Formats: sequence, structure tokens, C-alpha cells
Amino acid sequence: MKRDQNFKYFSLSLIWFWLFLFALLPTCFVVATSFMPPHQNDILSQTSTLENYQLVFQPLYLKIFQKSFVIAGLATLICLFLGYPFAYLIARMQGRLKNFLLMLIIIPFWTSSLIRSYALIAMIKTKGLLNTFLLSLGFISGPLPLLFTNTAVMIGLVYNLLPFMILPILTNVERLDSQIIDAARDLGANRMTTFRRIVLPLTLPGIIAGCILVFLPAMTIFYIPDILGGAKSILLGNLIQNQYLIAQNWPMGSALSTVLTLILVSLIIIYLIATRGNKKRDWM
Amino acid sequence: MNLRRLQNNIYLTLMYAFFYIPIITLIIYSFNDTKYSLIWRGFTWGWYVELFSDADLWISTWHSFILALMSSTIATSIGLIAAVSLYRYRFLGRNILNGLIFIMILSPEIVMGASLLILFSKLDLPLGFFSLLLAHITFCMPFVIVTILSRLVSVDKNIFEAAKDLGAQDFLIFRRIIFPLMLPAICASWLLSFTLSLDDVIISYFVAGPEFQILPLQIYSMVRAGVKPEINALCSVLFCLTLGLVLLAQFALRKKS
Repeated sequence: MKRDQNFKYFSLSLIWFWLFLFALLPTCFVVATSFMPPHQNDILSQTSTLENYQLVFQPLYLKIFQKSFVIAGLATLICLFLGYPFAYLIARMQGRLKNFLLMLIIIPFWTSSLIRSYALIAMIKTKGLLNTFLLSLGFISGPLPLLFTNTAVMIGLVYNLLPFMILPILTNVERLDSQIIDAARDLGANRMTTFRRIVLPLTLPGIIAGCILVFLPAMTIFYIPDILGGAKSILLGNLIQNQYLIAQNWPMGSALSTVLTLILVSLIIIYLIATRGNKKRDWM
Repeated sequence: MNLRRLQNNIYLTLMYAFFYIPIITLIIYSFNDTKYSLIWRGFTWGWYVELFSDADLWISTWHSFILALMSSTIATSIGLIAAVSLYRYRFLGRNILNGLIFIMILSPEIVMGASLLILFSKLDLPLGFFSLLLAHITFCMPFVIVTILSRLVSVDKNIFEAAKDLGAQDFLIFRRIIFPLMLPAICASWLLSFTLSLDDVIISYFVAGPEFQILPLQIYSMVRAGVKPEINALCSVLFCLTLGLVLLAQFALRKKS
């Protein structure tokens, strides 16, 4: 019996050691650094201040926050409207075709989003495929100036993050008992009512999980605005990266990062409230 | 009814076109025999030849490969042990551990990158191979745990009871029962960690040093300069490589499920 316990204690201490050192401790450091005076990158300094958080609410930063929220929010909504019916249709399929189509969604989930963003440049640039296509069909009279605009950033975000919306909804729909839907139809509910009263509430956990997985990365994947948006498109991720690595102002970067973490925590709380009572929360 | 089906099929086709046309275009144009335009000027291997003769690129490819190999192996080992412990043991802080892994998967990469940068500076660890290795292990691990755990829950718990009754101790159960049963999931996790490590830009951007150049960061700095056929070729190679790994991983997960 002695050695039994050894294996258990070895496993548990290894995991706790790793996560404490590389997940919990660094998070504490970030929070501590966020209370340091600006440009004071050493957390051992004695003074602490709320200056960085006050700066977050200055017009300059507030504007970036606002813009990030709007762009990320819009990207999330577009992903939801494009992705929900898609996830629903795939989830309701059967057999080999379904496995194949599912695989085609999982591939973008795991392959490099930098490469996929880069692939978009050739599509949307002035003499790119999209403009050439639309011009030849006569839909537009001149090429659309898409690249290096906010629209390009939006296209990039939706393109990259759509699978993150689709997959949690898809798993959610798959677990849905189709007899419930049949019952609703039998009782006289039309398509719309069935969707609104039965399907939508039951797939809400998947929707919220998908929104979390899209919204936060949309604000913070800094290379998408960087390569598709040009100089004007600064989002929260670019700002944080800039504060840490270029301005060398870790306290400010940490304050922004802490605010971001707080947003995440509140979204998770919303998710937990929405899934209250559900025993199974596996959404991946 | 048929109209609805037609609508659905058009919608699905358009969505898949949206997903795949850019990537397919990228791969096709990596064989195009012209430097600047989108007009097809004939087939060439030239950009790949140029790519393979770039010494800097080989160095960062080698770095990325070693990094991915080591981080995925270590992350899979620790992740496996963690998943098994979460599955089998009831211990103090189990829910906290579960929640922590959940949060690590959901939290934006930039938060982890920034926090590790601060940690490494406090530990006086110079940015380079080891900082990257530790960071990559840390962000791969939660994915390993989730993948293996989702397979473990489908295992009949009576097997463990039977083994225990027959006198097997925990380590023996781990080695002789869990490990063989989980082998497909372990392989899948390893492959997925490998691709995650090979593709990661954001966290690496924070914790990489000037001495240890890695592939995704090099691609990033090249991509910022604009579209070039060499980059098309490089991205095509890397995309096809990770595609292969992901397909293998999915195959491993599907088998015997």
C-alpha cells in the first residue's frame, strides 16, 4: 500500500508544482506589477500606485478599448450567425460524410492561424483574387480597397476564429435529444417556435462557450491587425504587446492584461450561470 | 423540402469555400513562375529550391523542430499523469485544478505570454531555448489533459477495480492498463501539442530571445513585409506538415472509439 500512495503523491505534486510555478505565480506577478509606477519593471520596488488603472480610463486608452470591444463584438456576432446554422446542419448529419466534413472544420482549428491570415492577403489585396473575381462579374466598377482597413481585420478575425464558434455549438447540438424536437413539433409548434423555445435555450451553453472562444482572441491576436490592418488598426492585443516589448512599460501592460483577465472571469461566470444544473460541461 | 435541402447545400459549400479557397490559392501560387502578379505564368519548383537553400531558415526550422519535439513530449507526459490523477483520485483542490485547466484553455494567449515574460525575468532566466521550452510545455499541457481526460471517462471503471482486487498497485495499473488503453489518445495529444508548438506565435513572441530564432516568428517577420512567393512556399510546406500531423491525431482518436 505504501508505494501506492507514492505514485499518487508524486503525480499530484508534479502537476501542482508545474501549474503553481508557471500559471498561478506568473499571474500574481502580473497583478503585482500592475500596481507599480509606470516603467518600473521590477516588482520588488516599494511603492504601489493605481496610476496604471487610472490611465486605462484616459481617453487615449479608453478609445482603444472601445474599438477593440466593437470590432471583437462584431466579429463574434458574425461568427455566431455564420457558424450556428453550419454547426447545426453538420451536427444533424450522419455517417462518413459527416466525419469528413467535421474533419474539414477541425483542420483550421489546429493549423497555424498566422499562415491562414497571410493567405487572406492574396485574396483581398487591390489586385487580389476577390477584386479580380468581382470585377470580372461586373459587381463592382473599381477594385475595393480592402487590405489595411478595419474590414480586412474583421474578415481576418472571422476567418480565423469561426471554427472556435462552430465546434462548441456542434458538440452541444449533437448532445441534444432529437425526440424533444419531435415532441415539440407533434404538439403543434412551428419551426420558428421550436427553435426559439427549445433548441436555442438548450444550445445556449455552446453559444456562450463559442462566444468566449471568439471574443477574447479577437481582441488580442495582435498579428491579424498587424498584417491585415496596417498602422491604423490598433487593438487591445497590439497595445499590450507594445507596452511590454517596445515601450518597456510592464506596469501599464500588466494593468491592461489584468483588465482582460477580469473580462474573461466575468464571461466564465456568465457561462457557469447559464449551464447551472448541467452535469456535463465538456464543450470541446 | 427539396428547396430547403438545396439551400443548405449551397450554404455549406460557400462556408467550406470560405475556409479553403485562401489556403488552396496560397499553395497553388507557391508554384507560380512570377514574382509579383497573380497571373499564372507557368509551373515552377523555383521558390521551393530557393527556400531550401536559405541557411537561416534551416536553422530556425531545426530550432522549432527540437523545441516542438521536447515540449510536446514533456507536456504529454505531465498531462497524462495529470489527467489520470484528475480521473482516479479525490484530493484537496481537485476542483480548483479542474477550473485552472479550464481557465488556461480559455484565457487569451497574450495574457500567458506576458505573465511568463515577467516570471522569467524574476527568475533571471535568459530568454532563449529554455524560456520557450517552459512556455510551450505550459500552454500545451491543458490541451493534453482535456484530450486524454475525454477518453478516460469512456473507460469502464470496473477494470481498475478488478486490477486492484487482483493486487495491482497504482503504478502497475498505470503502466499495464491505463497506458495501453490510452495509447491512441496519448499519440493524438502528442501530435496536437507538436503542431501547437510549431505554430505558436503570440506566446513565443514574448519569451523568445535574439539568439534562438524559431520558425513561426521568422515567418511572422517575413509576412509583415508583404506577399512574396518564397513565403507562399514556406507557408505551404508548414501548412501541409501540420495538416498531416492533425490528420494523424484525428485518426488516432477515431480508432477504437
